Amino acid sequence: METKKKLVMIGNGMAGMKAIEEIIDINPDLFDITVFGAERHPNYNRVLLSSVLAGEMTVEDIILNDEEWYRKNNITLHLGKPVVEIQRGYRKVVAADGTTAAYDCLVIATGSKPFILPLPGVDKEGVITFRDIYDCERMMEASASYRKAAVIGGGLLGLEAAKGLVNLGMEVTVIHDRKTLMNMQLDEVAGEMLRESLEEQGMRFRTSTLTKRILGDDRVRGLEFEDGSRLECDIVVMAVGIRPNKDLAEGARLFCNRGIVVNDYMQSITDPSVYAVGECVEHRGKTYGLVAPLFEQARILAYHITGQGLKTYTGSVVSTKLKVSGVDVFSAGDFEGNGSSDTVMYLDRKGGIYKKIVIKDERIIGAVLFGDTADGTRLFQMMQDGTDVSEQRSTLLFGNTMLGDAGHSGLAQVSMMSPDTIVCGCNGVTKKMIEDAVVKHGLTTRKEVTGCTKAAGSCGGCGPLVDQILVSILGSSFARSANAMPLCDCTELTHDEVKEEIRRRRLLTVGGAMRALEWKGEGCDTCRPALNYYVQSIWPKETSDDPASRLVNERMHANIQKDGTFSVVPRMYGGLTTPEELMRIARVASEYNVPAVKLTGGQRIDLLGIKKEDLTAVWRALGMESGYAYAKALRTVKTCVGSRWCRFGTQDSMGLGINLEKMLERVWAPAKLKLSVSGCPRNCAEASIKDLGIVGVDGGWEIYCGGNGGVRVRVAELLCTVRDADEVMEIAKAYVQLYREDAHYGERTSVWIERVGLDRVKRAVVDDPQSRGALAARLDEYIETLGEDPWKARIREEEERPGMKPIKIDARAVNE
Amino acid sequence: MKWLKVCRKDEIPERGGRAVLAGGSRIAVFRLSDGRVVAVEDRCPHKEGPLSDGLLTGATVICPMHHWKIDLESGNALPPDCGCVKTYETKVDDGIVWLRL
Ligand SMILES: Cc1cc2nc3c(=O)[nH]c(=O)nc-3n(C[C@H](O)[C@H](O)[C@H](O)COP(=O)(O)OP(=O)(O)OC[C@H]3O[C@@H](n4cnc5c(N)ncnc54)[C@H](O)[C@@H]3O)c2cc1C
Ligand code: SF4
Ligand code: FES
Repeated sequence: METKKKLVMIGNGMAGMKAIEEIIDINPDLFDITVFGAERHPNYNRVLLSSVLAGEMTVEDIILNDEEWYRKNNITLHLGKPVVEIQRGYRKVVAADGTTAAYDCLVIATGSKPFILPLPGVDKEGVITFRDIYDCERMMEASASYRKAAVIGGGLLGLEAAKGLVNLGMEVTVIHDRKTLMNMQLDEVAGEMLRESLEEQGMRFRTSTLTKRILGDDRVRGLEFEDGSRLECDIVVMAVGIRPNKDLAEGARLFCNRGIVVNDYMQSITDPSVYAVGECVEHRGKTYGLVAPLFEQARILAYHITGQGLKTYTGSVVSTKLKVSGVDVFSAGDFEGNGSSDTVMYLDRKGGIYKKIVIKDERIIGAVLFGDTADGTRLFQMMQDGTDVSEQRSTLLFGNTMLGDAGHSGLAQVSMMSPDTIVCGCNGVTKKMIEDAVVKHGLTTRKEVTGCTKAAGSCGGCGPLVDQILVSILGSSFARSANAMPLCDCTELTHDEVKEEIRRRRLLTVGGAMRALEWKGEGCDTCRPALNYYVQSIWPKETSDDPASRLVNERMHANIQKDGTFSVVPRMYGGLTTPEELMRIARVASEYNVPAVKLTGGQRIDLLGIKKEDLTAVWRALGMESGYAYAKALRTVKTCVGSRWCRFGTQDSMGLGINLEKMLERVWAPAKLKLSVSGCPRNCAEASIKDLGIVGVDGGWEIYCGGNGGVRVRVAELLCTVRDADEVMEIAKAYVQLYREDAHYGERTSVWIERVGLDRVKRAVVDDPQSRGALAARLDEYIETLGEDPWKARIREEEERPGMKPIKIDARAVNE
Repeated sequence: MKWLKVCRKDEIPERGGRAVLAGGSRIAVFRLSDGRVVAVEDRCPHKEGPLSDGLLTGATVICPMHHWKIDLESGNALPPDCGCVKTYETKVDDGIVWLRL
């Protein structure tokens, strides 16, 4: 039997043990693992020391992996034994007590040391740093016999220490060298607001103040400042920053700069058998002091050390939250901005709310939130993703309202997050930790998740995100639970409840449904179109359309453009056209001075910039059907040339595409529907990003569903494989009808399938022939109720009654 | 200022709007669910969207461009947005809509 490779970890802290957890996750049998820890405690959540100091938690509460865990995973743990030497030549490490361990791979995760200002008197009794459990215990002890504390350093750590000491009943003064508190994370306005709110909690401040020396005999008695003034105090907490703990590595001649220098795989650039991770590391010139990027490093390290491909660490942007209860502060990225960036800002001094977002080239590059930090995670995600925010500037600062539809838009956010994204920054809880807890303990509410993982337990800012994770796992069962989101602000009911009531009580009009379901007011642009769709999809024969509940595009049967003109896209079945059609289009374009003629992504032609009053005339001159390019309905069926022309083609993709488009044209749906058909697995029509994508294979067709190539790319999943084109048509009918009946209004198939699960779709559409037949029959019935092409209808109406032209009042009458 | 004749009330779609060009200005007239007819400048304070194409709810129109809500009685945008449009006096006489300019 092959002997396992030996892995030695120096440092039993957060980054190191995260790396071990990840390694075990990938392959528990790969290494013999030995861990050395200088501290006497098993691995704990350092981030929560502030909560321990503040009396909100005990030391037991913050243990991450107890000794039993190490035993279970066959990890040899040496607690209280700092490693004092790495002998790279012999590939072994030596601890203070003489224990040695040989390694094949070594990981250094020694974290950092608090920086101690070289002031006269720093060695006096009562000078404490804030880094580990021991420091915490010393502060708690001191608070029992002394009254006055000075905290040097008004950064994140200093303020959390100060708050803890206030909670312990001490009189606390924070001394900060700059004018602005937390100046690394906050601009002047936020720093000022923070100071005011902490003063209300009983903290005192001396800003722009440099300490000259520490007074006292053996024990601290006070501080003297550069300006000669003094402050009486019994303990001094030094929180002026940290320095990567690189002594050991330097001693072993591993190249260090500010920290241990590593490559993108987290290997020391001197010795590839030595890895380093955490605060002790310098990567691409940067060191990190927050958990989120360190966990990212740990994951990359685990990948590489276990030989899993070539993921690289390329650096992180970080965000911070201050964990002082009653004060919500969030900061990320470049929060000051400069000449080439601009800012979106909201300030309510009296209400204690300040939000600032720094934008450059339409991307968020930094943010500061004070008082209301609920949007922090979302903004940070957008910042990391480099989301283009040009369309959202006006709503960026009021973002949470956008999550109002059963978490649908939020789901996109959640599924984009990697498992290791920190959801709860306060407690260092990752998405994966929440998901695991939900699955393992069958949790269904946010409260239970908090109980289990502490996520959302401190500042609560990540609560909405936790909800979305619940939705993403539990699907509609969560949507029915107490936390379910109403359809919009006009009702308490969810999408599913509204649909159920419409069905059960036979509600046939938008107005009737609103009255029966006790709507607030006359509805809004979210619920009215939704209701209009629901009543018609549930009662196709009994209802008629309510134009007043349609948004402009669907009401006008054209797409409104930024200048108020419209675009016209005629239908071209399967993307095929004829010389006659092209000539007509050309003639219309020149006759009406159409400013832009463009080929669309859906294989047809877009005439842009048409005046509203010209629409009917343009439609008449085109003599083509509406392409529904503006509608929540079937858009296009994109095809490749397939076996009719292509030398690789195995199936007639154009023929099938045209038939599908003819069958499904004018069929309304919860959201737009894009289809495609390719003639062979080379898949030139890109079936993998379509709501329904069909790929010809030798002797049959593969049918894929739930793909999306838009806002959030999602690869379509295989629904089934069938033998002939008729079967494709049948499956397509059943699938579209199931989607029409089942999805929430506005929900693309990708999101819908993620919510209800592919299995459910397969069962109803593929596995159960009876259900498939019934769905297809219902679609057929519905299709029979569809009237003529809307453009034709408009042309006729216009002849009877000119409705779309603006009314002109004679200028002379006005000016007279 | 004087009263000008616009159109028959039934030429404005129910719970909908219609654009009116009068001299140099573009005005949106709306027929509310309670039967009243109101008129405002047909230019959203945000980015000049055509309010006459918006969705009506009560006496509020939602701009078709980026969904600002404009109160048609005061002409003010509803929070969180701010801005306003000019409002015009209207009357309906024997089924005919009049506008005071
Ligand atoms: C009070 C406090 C609050 C914080 N709040 C937040 C927060 O809200 N959000 C956030 O993201 N981050 C926060 N942090 C920072 C976060 O805790 C650190 O970034 C993180 O713990 C660093 O992980 P690490 O593994 O690199 O170092 P550590 O967790 O410090 O682990 C290093 C370990 O190595 C041991 N060690 C050192 N030298 C040796 C040796 N020679 N032999 C054996 N063992 C050795 C050390 O004793 C230590 O246990 C906070 C930190 C503190 C102190
Ligand atoms: S998908 Fe296949 S059949 Fe269609 S064009 Fe591409 S290569 Fe030819
Ligand atoms: S133009 Fe009206 S909301 Fe933007």
